[in-house]
Amino acid sequence: MSRITSPALGLIALIALAGCATPPPQLDLSLRRPSVDGHYVVTLQPPSPAPAINQLHSWQMKVETPAGQPVAKARIAIDGGMPQHGHGLPTRPRATPELADGAYRLEGMKFSMTGWWEIKLAIKSAEGEDTVTFNTMVAAPGAAR
Amino acid sequence: MPVARVSRAALAALAALAARAARAAPAAGWLPALLLAGLLASMPFASAADGQRRSTAIAGGDWSDEELAVLASLRLDALPAMSVDPSNAVEGRPEAVALGRRLFGDARFSRNQAVSCASCHDPALQFQDGRPLAIGVGAGRRRSMPVVAAGHATWLFWDGRKDSLWSQALGPLEDAVEHGGNRARHVHLLQAHYRGDYEAVFGPMPDLTGLPDDAGPLGSPAEQAAWAALAPALREAASRVFANLGKAIAAYEKTLAYGPSRFDRHVERLLDPLAQGEPLAEAEPLLSPQEANGLRLFIGKAECVTCHNGPLFTDQQFHNTGVPPRESAQPDRGRAPAALQVQRDEFNCVGPFSDATPDDCQELRFIVADDPSLEAAFRTPSLRNVALRPPYMHAGQFASLDEVIAHYVKAPAAAVGQSELLRADGHGSPRASARSDRKGDRRRIRLTAGEARDLAAFLGTLSGPIVERTASQPASSRDR
Repeated sequence: MSRITSPALGLIALIALAGCATPPPQLDLSLRRPSVDGHYVVTLQPPSPAPAINQLHSWQMKVETPAGQPVAKARIAIDGGMPQHGHGLPTRPRATPELADGAYRLEGMKFSMTGWWEIKLAIKSAEGEDTVTFNTMVAAPGAAR
Repeated sequence: MPVARVSRAALAALAALAARAARAAPAAGWLPALLLAGLLASMPFASAADGQRRSTAIAGGDWSDEELAVLASLRLDALPAMSVDPSNAVEGRPEAVALGRRLFGDARFSRNQAVSCASCHDPALQFQDGRPLAIGVGAGRRRSMPVVAAGHATWLFWDGRKDSLWSQALGPLEDAVEHGGNRARHVHLLQAHYRGDYEAVFGPMPDLTGLPDDAGPLGSPAEQAAWAALAPALREAASRVFANLGKAIAAYEKTLAYGPSRFDRHVERLLDPLAQGEPLAEAEPLLSPQEANGLRLFIGKAECVTCHNGPLFTDQQFHNTGVPPRESAQPDRGRAPAALQVQRDEFNCVGPFSDATPDDCQELRFIVADDPSLEAAFRTPSLRNVALRPPYMHAGQFASLDEVIAHYVKAPAAAVGQSELLRADGHGSPRASARSDRKGDRRRIRLTAGEARDLAAFLGTLSGPIVERTASQPASSRDR
């Protein structure tokens, strides 16, 4: 089967399917990102298998310095939502205190629909205060029957 | 990067695409035409053997992969098995279901002996009543909601002030304008008329000696005083029996499910690999061209699928879309007060009458209870069988689906809180600014009169039977 992609075609699809199924092109979906002012490097790990829509779940998280040292005793606030729909997260997730060596868990996460979600983290520790935003695409559970 | 597949009908498909693009982004004007020209110039056409357009005999053309993924997520088969409610230990038991079915229709559990659950949730009327406002012993403030598939909801009522089906069932029983009863009276009735059935499910009834005829924490001043005067142990015993009454009703309600609709059969056929590439001219089209166009609008530029998504066509969340309040002097604040109420409810997941452990009650733990977006926000109702149950919205404000669709196009400012249809977009996405009007608000949805009619026609395809599932279903455990 031959697939044809082109930026022009992508843009047509973006305009034509004016519902919320299409995120902006070149969305950074990386799960390891530096914070805005460079205090931290944060790695997120979603649960596997992916949770169902509207199912509460947790994400694993690692906070390190840019040099790779685990960051202890960080206080993490979680926000986010769907920019294309202007709504926030359907729950108030909370980060645990440090579990071990810069590892934390984000509990109470939930996605109420498919599409592009932002997860915004505000981190406070001896290393300073900083923020980082992750993008995630929540897929339709269409494959499962 | 979005992908489109090309078939032998590339020209026709691209023409349709350009037409849709022009309709969807009128402000962009020349852009779709330019892109189309560039595209045709740059792209070789695939051979007939390539590509996988799902051809149908239905006018409206082919569906893209993105659209098919969305359609697949809406079909009834994609509904997960009903989750177990850990706060109701008896919900799967046939004896509880049978008891609950009898209680559901028993009008003795009301002040005037004329109101049962079935009065407002009539099994013959989609388990609702067809009225703008419910009428129990008195006039209610809100529309009766259909009970079918309610077990999939996290929060019950339009404002989500209850966190379980059994807890919800108790609300109307003690509500002054619904059943007009009180806790003690209901417990006495249960003891007098259902003792055997009750004890078969819940074990021996506690000793209720000294419980007055009429007493309850939510009743008249006299009933409240009588309740407060009781020994705590007697109050607890009466409340436990009352809670069990709710659990039996919930067990019955959980058996009520939607059956497949014409929409579901249509999508199954679209996804059926055997139909791939085969003309379905012999098969009768399941959706008319008008209905198919309505479906395309529903998941596309009408943006309904933003909130009406998933197999039940609801995200189970709370939204303010600027529906005009029925009482402008006392507008309904919806979720905002209810989010606090559910946390304090004695019959919630963490309360003494719940069968759940605190670990099971994660929804309460992570509830959003203090956000401006909750103001005058109401729970997205399911759209299954929607055409069969006018009027619409939380106080029955709209008599027809045409009026509902007109409301979304009109997008009036909210009387209380902020309408999501008009929010200022803080993220500055290019599409948003392209569609901003001069005031900076986003006018989101533009539909022609014909498109509005097509959308309403599509909603009629969501009608199907209501079934009572009697066999026990495999259930997935899920945090409540």
